Amino acid sequence: MRNETKATNPVLELKNVSKTYSVKQGLLGKSRPLTALRDLSLRLEQGEVLGLVGESGCGKSTLAKILLGLEAPTSGEVLVDGAPLGSQDRLALARRIQPIFQDPYSSLNPRKTIADIISLPLRVHGIGDAASQQAAVREILDVVGLPSRVMHTYPSQMSGGQRQRVAIARALVMKPDIVICDEPTSALDVSVQSQILNLLADLRRDLGLTYLFISHNLAVVEHLATRVAVMYLGRIVEEAETEALFDGARHPYSEALLTSVLTPDPSLGVPRMNLGAAYPNPIDPPSGCAFHPRCAKATEACARQRPAPVVDEDGLIACFHPNGMAPTRSRPAEAAPRLSASV
Amino acid sequence: MTQTVTNPTGAAFDRDPLLEQILGPTPGQMLRRRVLGHQGLLIGGAVIALLALMAIFAPLIAPHDPFAQSLMNRMEPPVFLGGSWEHPLGTDHLGRDYLSRLIYGARVSLLIGVVAAVISGVIGTTMGVAAGYFGGRVDAVVTFLINVRLAMPVVLVALAVVAILGGSLTVVTTVVGLLLWDRFAVVMRASTRQVRAREYVAAARAVGASTPRILLTEIMPNIANNLIVVVTLEMAHAILIEAALSFLGLGVQPPTPSWGLMVSEGKTMMLFEPWLVLIPGAVLFTLVLAINLMGDGLRDVTAPENRN
Repeated sequence: MRNETKATNPVLELKNVSKTYSVKQGLLGKSRPLTALRDLSLRLEQGEVLGLVGESGCGKSTLAKILLGLEAPTSGEVLVDGAPLGSQDRLALARRIQPIFQDPYSSLNPRKTIADIISLPLRVHGIGDAASQQAAVREILDVVGLPSRVMHTYPSQMSGGQRQRVAIARALVMKPDIVICDEPTSALDVSVQSQILNLLADLRRDLGLTYLFISHNLAVVEHLATRVAVMYLGRIVEEAETEALFDGARHPYSEALLTSVLTPDPSLGVPRMNLGAAYPNPIDPPSGCAFHPRCAKATEACARQRPAPVVDEDGLIACFHPNGMAPTRSRPAEAAPRLSASV
Repeated sequence: MTQTVTNPTGAAFDRDPLLEQILGPTPGQMLRRRVLGHQGLLIGGAVIALLALMAIFAPLIAPHDPFAQSLMNRMEPPVFLGGSWEHPLGTDHLGRDYLSRLIYGARVSLLIGVVAAVISGVIGTTMGVAAGYFGGRVDAVVTFLINVRLAMPVVLVALAVVAILGGSLTVVTTVVGLLLWDRFAVVMRASTRQVRAREYVAAARAVGASTPRILLTEIMPNIANNLIVVVTLEMAHAILIEAALSFLGLGVQPPTPSWGLMVSEGKTMMLFEPWLVLIPGAVLFTLVLAINLMGDGLRDVTAPENRN
């Protein structure tokens, strides 16, 4: 597995990508830059599932928008099959990369029937005539596990899980290679989440898809991802194979995220994460290592200087005081059944 | 809202009562139920339909020629004040049949209401949707134009323009239409901004759909209910402005029968024959009330979640 990751042909690659928004504070306030992504590099290999985790506001969704071509990076390059994203035909890109969004209540147009929603990509790209589009919709509905009678219903008549299946059908109807899943389960009931995750896993196996799987839910990521990248304030702080990361995170932030997963036993209470300060304001990021105000291991060096990302055989790490490879979970016994807890 | 059934199996499924029970009503069915359960909408709609029919079939309904003067029969009172059935609503100061003039006057009011609302609707919706969808500089320009327009008093500007160009139905309609787009722009801008942030718009963009396609098929259907409500409000507004301009002598010119003009012509006799003013005033009031009732009803019915 690890050797596979070292393969040299990434289908999707970000090179030193930064994205800055300007934010106006107050009525007469000056607009200040908000840097959502800072000098971020990431590779997505053919056939893998790259899990991207991090807190709200760390830039996960901005990254998704850039990969989908919905926003342009302020600097840096996005390469698809080695060619810059901007130089490629928008429609050709749309056939290769498709999104699945977080909220199935917002991602389906309430005024359209399910058949209209799913066949939109086919109509935009002029694939087939009306009859063959109907046939394609039927086929893809079957693939995502919905009966074809829902074709003439509206999103308001469906449950959250069914809606997300429709959103998945829309993303897959043109048979893309890469699917950007932006928290596809976080708006769903816990009981429905696992169905959707299993569906995504089955589809990946059957259709040979590559996923970029964005989530703040570590249990979901562990279930699906082959490799995990941990983001903090617009930067990747650690990247590793899923098993390696979950066995022993090297960055203190990854460690804190792993510890924060809730257990099924309510008597254990909310886990302690040793994260003192609150998430920093991205307009006014901390000096040095952005994580140092919350880090138990922080030293003066962390406040002064930003640790450069180091790539080694285990992945990538950007920390002055990384943990060793020894298991570092504080409560391994309780943390083990995470999957059943939040999936 | 009709369902697009394109194949026999789909049609069979759609008509299956058991399946409908399981799936629940379609949005179209729910809309129909809300319409039939909304009294204000039904009453307003019925009154407007009645007045519209009256305007369309005026030559068939009107008992007399609205322009025919008869100085022998001046100022005859309506039936309920002791008049005759020959002139059910009496005659005016030139002996013209009041009911006939009222019926023909509906044409002017409804025409000006519909045409002015369409003109201002096209201008305001285009500006509002562009501002809401594109944001940035487009938004800044449109917001500026809205502010400029809001700073101008409508009746005063209309008076000035009509005084220069001369009053006629065309001039009044155009001027009113060019002045009433502000509410369209404000409402459409706000609702477009709201809809634009929905993920189905992002999904359509990610699929590669063109901007016109997104505006027409993703944005417009979802802001149409707000548009309908503003259309009704601005119709009522335009009708009132026409009546005001006609009353001031700068709107539709005599002898064209217009409700505002009838009030104006009756005002000299108001203290002696108050019905000359009250009858056209009451009809005008009823039409505007009916339009507003329908507008409120449409808001309730098309967007039940936005009530209050």
